[in-house]
Amino acid sequence: MVKKKVKKIKGFTMQFLPYSEIRDLNSDERIKKILEIILGNKILILQGKLKSEEETRLIGDTMAMIRHIKNFKGIELAVISGNESEGFFENFKKNLVNIISGGDLGAITIIGPATIVKEIKRNPKKIELLLNR
Amino acid sequence: MNLKNFFGKIFRIFGVGKIVKLGFYGPPNAGKTSLANRICKDFTGEEIGKVSKIPHETRNVQFKEKVEISYKKKKMIFKMVDTPGISTRIDYEDFLKYKIKKKEAKERAKEATQGVIESIKWLDDMDVVVVVLDATKNPYDQVNITIIGNLAARKIPVLIIANKIDLKKSNIKKIESAFPEYKVVGISARYGKNFDKFYEEVFKISKKA
Repeated sequence: MVKKKVKKIKGFTMQFLPYSEIRDLNSDERIKKILEIILGNKILILQGKLKSEEETRLIGDTMAMIRHIKNFKGIELAVISGNESEGFFENFKKNLVNIISGGDLGAITIIGPATIVKEIKRNPKKIELLLNR
Repeated sequence: MNLKNFFGKIFRIFGVGKIVKLGFYGPPNAGKTSLANRICKDFTGEEIGKVSKIPHETRNVQFKEKVEISYKKKKMIFKMVDTPGISTRIDYEDFLKYKIKKKEAKERAKEATQGVIESIKWLDDMDVVVVVLDATKNPYDQVNITIIGNLAARKIPVLIIANKIDLKKSNIKKIESAFPEYKVVGISARYGKNFDKFYEEVFKISKKA
């Protein structure tokens, strides 16, 4: 892997990524696209969410990058979904919509570089993004 | 069904002959090794690994082969697999707080990243997984959700352990409400509290494996 260097930052940028931009990508390409945004010191707001195996893949690739990229310390990640404890028919309807649209569009994924995002505090009703000074 | 499958099924029904690969997963410092140590010590007399207050003490996957656990006249044989804590960030500077020298902290961070990668690789090989969470911490951390989501996708039976219930700040109910589809058992790995319930549930989910 080519050794890159992450520049130290003074501010931060948020980038919104609509699901349509990753819908047709395979898992490798999705992770690559996400990590490119993160390495650009941006906080990514992704419409929808990754598959669970893509999330672990993202964590694994992040770990590999910590070893190879100077000043890169990893990521902070949080997924906010709708009400997960809905009834059978509501879940069935939601799953059907997800299949048609190709992803869970009712969810939002927030991913930020650990150099900028200190912590993402989450509970069922709110989400707090704590930034590094 | 051929003869081998038939006897395999019969043996599994009676829990005979099968070695269940029991994985210990979770975030760093939740008490995975403390729990695995207590089980191994109780049934083999030996511990599986070193524990420490410093996060990422376990940086390699550790094993204990053929641990025969007895509970209420039942016996099952397990291969214990204690994994490094999974996290999304590792900063060597975090280790400096524990009075570790810079060079050592950097090496520890490097090994810890490899440990996380190893833990993830091992997910596929587990028959049953005990997800160990620190009951004093917020369970809604994405790492916990990701680990449990991955196990569910792989159809691996999961038992959630709310560890450190000896501490005042612990809150099992919060973990139960974060993961309502799973059985949560509160224990103290350090003091051996509520281990009867733990073994009962481990035996129950191991039969599903």
